[in-house]
Amino acid sequence: MVLVYIDHQDNQIKKSTLEAVTYGVALAKQLGTEAHALLLGSVNDDLAALGAYELKNVYQINDAALAHFDAQVFVKTIAAAATKVGATTLLFSHNQTGKAVCAGVSALLKAGLVTGAIELPKTDAGFVVKKTVFSGKAFANVSIQTAIKIISLSPNSFHTTSGAAATASITPLDIPVSAGHVKITAVNKTSGEISLTEADIVVSGGRGLKGPENWGILLDLAKELGAATACSRPVGDAHWRPHHEHVGQTGVQVAPNLYIAIGISGAIQHLAGVNRSKTIVVINKDPEAPFFKAADYGIVGDAFEVLPKLTDAIKKMKASA
Amino acid sequence: MKILVCISKTPDTTAKIAFADGGKKFEEAGVQWIINPYDEWYSLVRAIELKEKDPTTIIHLVTVGGADAEPIIRKALALGGDEAIRINTDSSDSFYIAAQIAAVAATEKYDIIFTGKETIDYNGASIGGMVAALVDAPYISLATSFLFEGSTATITREIEGGEEVVTVNSPVVVSCQKGVAEQRIPNMRGIMAARTKPLKVLEPAAAEHLTSIESFELPAPKAGVKLVSPDNVEELVRLLHDEAKAI
Repeated sequence: MVLVYIDHQDNQIKKSTLEAVTYGVALAKQLGTEAHALLLGSVNDDLAALGAYELKNVYQINDAALAHFDAQVFVKTIAAAATKVGATTLLFSHNQTGKAVCAGVSALLKAGLVTGAIELPKTDAGFVVKKTVFSGKAFANVSIQTAIKIISLSPNSFHTTSGAAATASITPLDIPVSAGHVKITAVNKTSGEISLTEADIVVSGGRGLKGPENWGILLDLAKELGAATACSRPVGDAHWRPHHEHVGQTGVQVAPNLYIAIGISGAIQHLAGVNRSKTIVVINKDPEAPFFKAADYGIVGDAFEVLPKLTDAIKKMKASA
Repeated sequence: MKILVCISKTPDTTAKIAFADGGKKFEEAGVQWIINPYDEWYSLVRAIELKEKDPTTIIHLVTVGGADAEPIIRKALALGGDEAIRINTDSSDSFYIAAQIAAVAATEKYDIIFTGKETIDYNGASIGGMVAALVDAPYISLATSFLFEGSTATITREIEGGEEVVTVNSPVVVSCQKGVAEQRIPNMRGIMAARTKPLKVLEPAAAEHLTSIESFELPAPKAGVKLVSPDNVEELVRLLHDEAKAI
């Protein structure tokens, strides 16, 4: 059985989880088995509706101790649940929660782990999973040799497909949950911001914008596109933009449908973080900027002139659509 | 207080990534090796700062690697730390590596085990979580700040769309990223001192390899950029809509 971990925040199932569910269902078909899911705690979403993704069943462990995230407690609970239901492949999303728990589950179950998978495994001979390595500069095909396998799926790598006329069953699972040692004392959410790793479109700015006071034209474009905003490392280091927006080898790696780079020259470390984007647009004054070599579309021009025009053109396109 | 800092050797961030033996092996020719940036800039420097505040703190560094990892661990010692342990084996399997570190941790009883959030070569982001599970300690991933008072750590960690602050008593395993500390450059005194700091070489503990890398691939090159005139942004919008179907 393929068992997909349902990650949730603010009582809602995350988009990356739906990608993992779609991937899990496809993998189950490939292996001739069933896809089930595992939920720790509760959500407001209709779990039965996950049947639209052809998910068979959701196991739910609803224990008060799971109301707050504690990796150690979650790891033990997930490992015990996986053993109890007889899961042979476990799936996580390679997001903050997945990174916190999948490795621990792997260690407890002695189940081989591949993190950051980008496509379905090859299972005709063995079990080989493709993942990004060298921070996006290359891929590795990793063979898992254990009976139980664990995969964490890179966000935005697998499109969700739903629409099946089916409902998923919900099965309460009784697993003793140990008390945790971690107390959460504060949560600071950047409200209204679109998650960078899950965003379909990312608009990113570099030193070419000359200063934080000039970000307005970029934010206007991002708003018009419903895009998340990002920046290059020098911009993050200079505190023009918050650190968590830094995209690149030592920052966040993204794989949106569309990445628009404005005033970013395209250092190898930056390209590593964005080269899995489906379409890349580069806007830069310097025709020699290395980023143009990695781009699908480019405009050699001054961002301060091009951006407002581009925002207007998109507005017009949307109005006429 | 006793801290273990996990150190990994990685290619420099500007290294050209190429593969030999028909994609079976990373091409090491001409590659400069560095301390994995997350291990160095954040976890090691934070450990050194904690020792500066409380000089009774003992810092051990551990690396899992062959003799070619020694320049890297010496460089780490030049930044700070009291002694280093090199476990004389090499593997691309996270579980095997984590089992080696957990074996050291089981005998030495550390209050804090620091790792970087991931290495910049295999991007596993797994060692911290595995070590924590193997020694049955709480695990705090993706820390952006780390304070320690008495025996309680106060840690800010990244969550989706923000941060949360947690408190936990030691022992604890923490994976560090930007924000935990600021990058430092080793000084001459540190480099000289590092030469005489103890570097223990241990043979590996028995552990299984759960995965292996079959082959590497480079991404397909882009077909080439389509340039649009800055006076005709409507054309770019049309291309993005009709051709790329991106908007």
